[in-house]
Amino acid sequence: MTAFTILGEGSAVEVDASTDGGPVRLSVEGVERALGWELQEEGFCLGPVCYPVPPDTDLVTDAGVDLVGLATLIDRPIALDETEHAAYLGVSACERSRELELLYAPDFTVPDLDGEPHSLSDHRGKKVLLVAYASW
Amino acid sequence: MITVAIERDAEDVREYIDVASPAHPSLIDTDRVLADRYNMVNVPTVVWIDEQGRIVRPNDIAFTTEAGGNYANVSTDDQMQLLRDWVRGDLEAKSPSEVRALQSLPSADDQFARAHFGLGNWLWREGRGEAAARHFTRGGDLAPHDFMIRRGTMRMVGQDPFGDPFREMVTAWRDAGNDYYHPLPSSRRGREGQDDTAR
Repeated sequence: MTAFTILGEGSAVEVDASTDGGPVRLSVEGVERALGWELQEEGFCLGPVCYPVPPDTDLVTDAGVDLVGLATLIDRPIALDETEHAAYLGVSACERSRELELLYAPDFTVPDLDGEPHSLSDHRGKKVLLVAYASW
Repeated sequence: MITVAIERDAEDVREYIDVASPAHPSLIDTDRVLADRYNMVNVPTVVWIDEQGRIVRPNDIAFTTEAGGNYANVSTDDQMQLLRDWVRGDLEAKSPSEVRALQSLPSADDQFARAHFGLGNWLWREGRGEAAARHFTRGGDLAPHDFMIRRGTMRMVGQDPFGDPFREMVTAWRDAGNDYYHPLPSSRRGREGQDDTAR
């Protein structure tokens, strides 16, 4: 078992992983702690959403849950680095596209120079020109 | 107006913001939160959002300087006029389907590229620069049009985003028949007869 860091936007959770030879595997508890998905009778569940564990696969074995296989099942893009013992799970193209197609400007919270957080939603009721720029 | 600097660190823009001392919120995004939420692939990108929080004009490339406009083949005067008209309420609203037709939505590879950026960004902050560089490269390979990744990580791997590596990257990209910037049709110079696709 090795300590493995599971990353997402603004989150980093350290869990135990087995990495010898085959796919990187987390324990069922590790999956729940890092990603919130619980293994239940119906399959992997997050709130009311459940994905059945595909039969005849080695997604879940005695050695744990195949992390990349799970990411595929729950439709999350994953970047995994076995050498660095870290993986980042992003948000799927489907989910992002659905949000954008609704035309409600996705909210975000980022800091100013003093570290003070600001949200787009603080400006509801005003027209907003959102400008993303960079020094590069 | 809300401005968001897409940087590795707030210190990269502190001096500019201090000099400008803007009255509007001037924010720093070191995690590419906006890029991910809005599918932004380059800067400067602007979005118009109405009083109800709805996108009324999606991602567009906008410059305030003539030099920038020249480089991106964008008419800064036309853009500014449109913006004024919108702010004054003199612009006819586009229907939702017209706005959607101008949107560019992320592909699966775009989101995998962003996951590699996210992993690389974390590794970089941890001081594991070599590993970070591998993931920035992988992200750029998966989404070669994503210059938030390809150019926006150059400083993090010790490259000059205004130097030869950048020029070579853009030249190769353009020689392969691609555009570096994708302004909306109404922002383009000499837009008559151009096809109406936006990216």
